[in-house]
Amino acid sequence: MGKRQNNTAWLLVLPVLILVAFSAVIPLMTVVNYAFNDTFGNNQFFWNGWGWFEEMVRSERLHAALGRQVLFTGCILIIEVPLGIVVALNMPKKGFWASVCLVLMALPLLIPFNVVGTIWQIFCRVDIGLLGRATAALGIDYNYTNDPFDAWVTLIVMDVWHWTSLVALLCYAGLRSIPEAYYQAARIDQANRWDVFRYIELPKLSGVLLIAVLLRFIDSFMIYTEPFVVTGGGPGNSTTFLSIDLVKMAIGQFDLGPAAAFSLMYFLIILLISWVFYTVMITIDPQEGR
Amino acid sequence: MAQITLSNLAHSYGSNGLHEEDFALKAMNHVWQDGGSYALLGPSGCGKTTLLNIISGLVTPSQGRVLFDDIDVTHVPTEKRNIAQVFQFPVVYDTLTVRENLAFPLKNRGLTASAIDARVVLIAEMIGLMATLDTQARGLTPDAKQKISLGRGLVRESVNAILFDEPLTVIDPLLKWELRAQLKALHRQFGHTMIYVTHDQTEALTFAEQVVMLHEGRVVQMGTPEALFETPEHTFVGHFIGSPGMNLLDAEIADNHALIAGYSVPLGARYATLAGRTQIGIRPEYIEFSADKGLPVQIQRIDDVGHRRIVRAEAAGCAIAVSLAEGTALDATMTHVQFVPEKINVYADDWRVQGKVV
Amino acid sequence: MSLELQGVARVVDGQMHIKPTHLVLEKGTMNVLLGPTSAGKTSLMRLMAGLDTPSQGRIVSSGTDVTTWPVQARDVAMVYQEFINYPAMTVYDNIASPLRLKKQSKGDIDRAVRATAEMLQLSSVLQRKPLSLSGGQQQRCALARALVKNAGLVLLDEPLANLDYKLREELRAEIPRLFEASGAIFVYATTEPEEALLLGGNTATLWQGEVAQYGPTASVFRRPSTLVSAEIFSDPPMNVTPCTKRGDSLRFEDGTTTGVWGDFAALDDGHYNAGFRAHHLAVSSPAAPAIHLRCTLTSREMTGSQTFLHLSYAEQRWVGLVQGVHDIAVGHPIDVWVSPAHLYLFDLAGRLAAAGSGTS
Repeated sequence: MGKRQNNTAWLLVLPVLILVAFSAVIPLMTVVNYAFNDTFGNNQFFWNGWGWFEEMVRSERLHAALGRQVLFTGCILIIEVPLGIVVALNMPKKGFWASVCLVLMALPLLIPFNVVGTIWQIFCRVDIGLLGRATAALGIDYNYTNDPFDAWVTLIVMDVWHWTSLVALLCYAGLRSIPEAYYQAARIDQANRWDVFRYIELPKLSGVLLIAVLLRFIDSFMIYTEPFVVTGGGPGNSTTFLSIDLVKMAIGQFDLGPAAAFSLMYFLIILLISWVFYTVMITIDPQEGR
Repeated sequence: MAQITLSNLAHSYGSNGLHEEDFALKAMNHVWQDGGSYALLGPSGCGKTTLLNIISGLVTPSQGRVLFDDIDVTHVPTEKRNIAQVFQFPVVYDTLTVRENLAFPLKNRGLTASAIDARVVLIAEMIGLMATLDTQARGLTPDAKQKISLGRGLVRESVNAILFDEPLTVIDPLLKWELRAQLKALHRQFGHTMIYVTHDQTEALTFAEQVVMLHEGRVVQMGTPEALFETPEHTFVGHFIGSPGMNLLDAEIADNHALIAGYSVPLGARYATLAGRTQIGIRPEYIEFSADKGLPVQIQRIDDVGHRRIVRAEAAGCAIAVSLAEGTALDATMTHVQFVPEKINVYADDWRVQGKVV
Repeated sequence: MSLELQGVARVVDGQMHIKPTHLVLEKGTMNVLLGPTSAGKTSLMRLMAGLDTPSQGRIVSSGTDVTTWPVQARDVAMVYQEFINYPAMTVYDNIASPLRLKKQSKGDIDRAVRATAEMLQLSSVLQRKPLSLSGGQQQRCALARALVKNAGLVLLDEPLANLDYKLREELRAEIPRLFEASGAIFVYATTEPEEALLLGGNTATLWQGEVAQYGPTASVFRRPSTLVSAEIFSDPPMNVTPCTKRGDSLRFEDGTTTGVWGDFAALDDGHYNAGFRAHHLAVSSPAAPAIHLRCTLTSREMTGSQTFLHLSYAEQRWVGLVQGVHDIAVGHPIDVWVSPAHLYLFDLAGRLAAAGSGTS
C-alpha cells in the first residue's frame, strides 16, 4: 500500500513533454525571435522591437487577407451548421439505413486534406472534370481558375462537402440522447414540427452545437491545404486566405520578420476566439445541469 | 373527461403471439369510470407500462379495442386522443418560462391570449408555482419541474384522462407527501379521469380509488385499496401489497379449520374440499402473540420501523412476519401466535377461495 | 479498522459542500447517512473513499493518517445507485475481478466467488452476463463484487433507489445480514427514514453539507437533537407548530392550552416549536390525558390498512397516520389528540429543549 499518490505515471509522460518541447515550443520561440528581430542573412540579427508588428497591423495586404478569411469562415459556418442540423434531423433513427448513413457521412472526414483538394481540383476542371464539363455542357459560364466568384463557390462547396458531416454527426449524437418522453409530451401538447425543434431539440443541442461551431471555426479559419491545391490562392489574390498569404510571405518572399509577427498575431486571434467559446461553454453548462 | 373501456384487449411485442405466454399483456375487459382515479400497480415487466402506452396511443394493441366514452380510439394517434401525461422524469421546455410552459398546450390549440392567461394563473396558483411563474424552467428543482409537467396536463380543461408514469421517482420523500396531497386535491376539484402507473404500493394505494394489480401481463385483481389488503384474490397480491406482505402458509383445509404441520387453526368460514396446493394467507397485522394458544413460535429478529415493530419468526416450520404497534410489550412468555380467524384467506393453487361465512 | 473524520470539510469553487465534520466509525458497524437529495451524502462518501481530497481536516484510518492517499491505496469497496458491473464479463468474472487484481490463487478465488454468490442468491446465474439479468440481480452482482473484496470500508450509495419497491424490501432485509457476516465498516446513504430504521446501527442525519446528528439509529429517531434532524428522520413529515410556554401551561396557536409536567415544566418560559410524528396523532380521545387540537381535513389517503390524514392547523400542514380505514369527510373540521408523552419542544434556534416521556 503506497502512502502517497503514485507518481511513476509522470515519468511515462516525460518523453512526450520532450517531444512537444522540440516540435512546438522551440519552433514557436524561433518564430518569436524572428518577430522581434531583423536579419540580412548570415544568421546576424538586429533588434527591431514591435516594428514588424506595427507594419503588419497597418498592412493593407493583411487586412484584405483577414477580410477574405472572415468572409470565408462566416460562409462556412452559416452554411454548414444549419445544413448539418437539417441532415441530422433527417437521418434514420435506427436500423440498417442508420448504419449506412453513418458510414457514408463519415467517409469525407477520412480523406486527407490534400487528396480532397486534388479530387475537387480535377472534378471542377473545365477540360477534363466531370463538374466542369457538365456546367459547360449546360451553358453555364463556370471557370474557377479565371473567375474569383467561381473560385469562391468551388472552395465553399468543397468545404461543405468535406466537413458538413462532422456537424451532422455531432448533432445526430446529440439528438439521440434526447429521451423519447420529450417527443411524446410534445405530441400530447400538439406542438408542431417547428416547435419541437425550437423548444426541445435546439435547446438540448446547444452544447453540441457550440462544440461544432468551435471546431468548424478553428479549422476553416486556418484552412490552407485545400485552397492551395485547388486555386493556389487565385485567381489574383481572390482566394488568398491568411495562411496562404502567410506562406507566400515567408517562403515565397522570404520576409521572415513580418511573417513571424503575422503568424504570432494569427495565433493570438485564434486563441482569443477559442477562449471566448470556452467561457461561453462553461457558463452555459451549469444551467444545463439537472 | 371520459370513461375508458378496454375491450378484449391484449398485446404481444414482435410476432403475432400464438401462445399465451407470448403476450406482454393478456386479454382483458375493463371499464374505467369517468372521473375515477386508477392505479396500475405491479413489479417491472408486469405489463403496466405497455398498458399505459396503449391508452396513451404510443402502442397499438395487437388485439382488442380501446374506447374513450363510446368512441373507438384504438388507432387514433396520441396527439388526437386529448390526453395528458406526466412522465417519470420531468419533461419541461427548458428555454421557456414556467408561464410559457403552462401556456404551451393552450397556445397550440389556438386559445385567445386572455383565456390562456386566466387559465395559466388559475393552475399555477393551485399547484404553487405563482412565485416562479416568470422564471426559466431549466434552473428549477426536480419537484418544481415535475409540477410544471403536471400543470401542463391540468391546464387543458377537457382532457379525456391524465396519465401518470411513476411521476414521483425523482422526488425526495418529504416532498412526495406534498405532491401527493396536491394531486388528490386536484382530482377532487377537477374530477379528471386519472391513471397512475407505479411499482410503489404506497403511492398506488393512497392515490387510487381502484387499484389494478398486474402480474405477468395479467390483471390479477382490480379493487379498492381495502379489498386488496383484506381479501387479495391471488397470493401475489397478498405478497405484493402490505409491508411486509401477507404470510402464506401451506395448509390442509378441513371445513372450518386449517391444519398446519399438525396444528389446527380455526378459520372464519367453512370451505368445501379443495384440490391442488392449498395455503392460508394472514396479514402480519392480524397475528397476535399469546402464552399458550395457537402455533408455537420462535422469534428470530425484531425490526423497529418507528411506528411499529416487525417480528420475524418461525411458526410450525414456516417463516412468518408479525407487525406490532409501537410500544407493545413482548416478553419471553409469549411463545405462541394466534391468527384472527376472520382475517384468514384461503388459497387453492394461488387463487383465493370464497368460504361460507356462518 | 476504524475510520475517523477529523474536522473534514470540502470547498468547491468557493462553496462549502461539506462543512467541518467529525465522525468516528468503528469496526464492524453499520452507519447510515440519511438526508434529502444534495444534502452531501455522496460528497461525504467520496471523501471517505479517497475519491476527493478534503479541503481541510484529516481522515484517519486505524490510527494512520490517510488524508492524501488515493482511492487505490485505501481498503474500500463501493456500490452505486446505478447497477455498475463489467458488461462484457460473466457474473462469475465480475465477482472474481477484485480478487484477480489482488492476485489471489485460482482456488481461493473460486471458493470466495461461490460463497459470495451463494449468499446473494446468484449461484444459478454465474455464467450469465449482467445485462441479461433483472435489475435486482444486477445490483446483487454489484453488491457481491463489493463484498468479495473483503474491504475494511464498504460504501453503499443509495444502492436500492433504482429497484422496485418489493425488491427493495427484500434486499433491505438482506443487507444487515450480509453486513454482520463481513465485519467491515458499512456506510449506507439513503433518503428514506424507513430504510435507516430497518438497517439499524448508527445514523447520521445530513442537511446542507452538515451532519445534524450522529448516534445509534433508534435514539436519533426517538430523540432528535434538532428540529432539522427530526424533520429529516420523519416520513411522513414531522408535524410542527409554534407554541408558548408560560408557567405550568403550554399555549398553542389556536388558543388551546394544556398543563405541562415532567421535563417540560423545567423549561424557561417563552416561545417554542412543538413537533410530533404522524403516527402519534389520534382521531379519538385516548384514555390518557392528551392535547386536544382542532384541524381541518384537507385530504385523505387510505392504504387499505391505514389512513393518512392531510390536515391544516393554523398556518401549518400536518399529516396524521391512523390505523384502520377512516372514512372522514374532506374539507371539514376534525378533532385530533396528541399525547404530551410524544411531544418534542424545540427552541427557536431549532435545538431540542425537552421531549415527552414516551420518546425514550
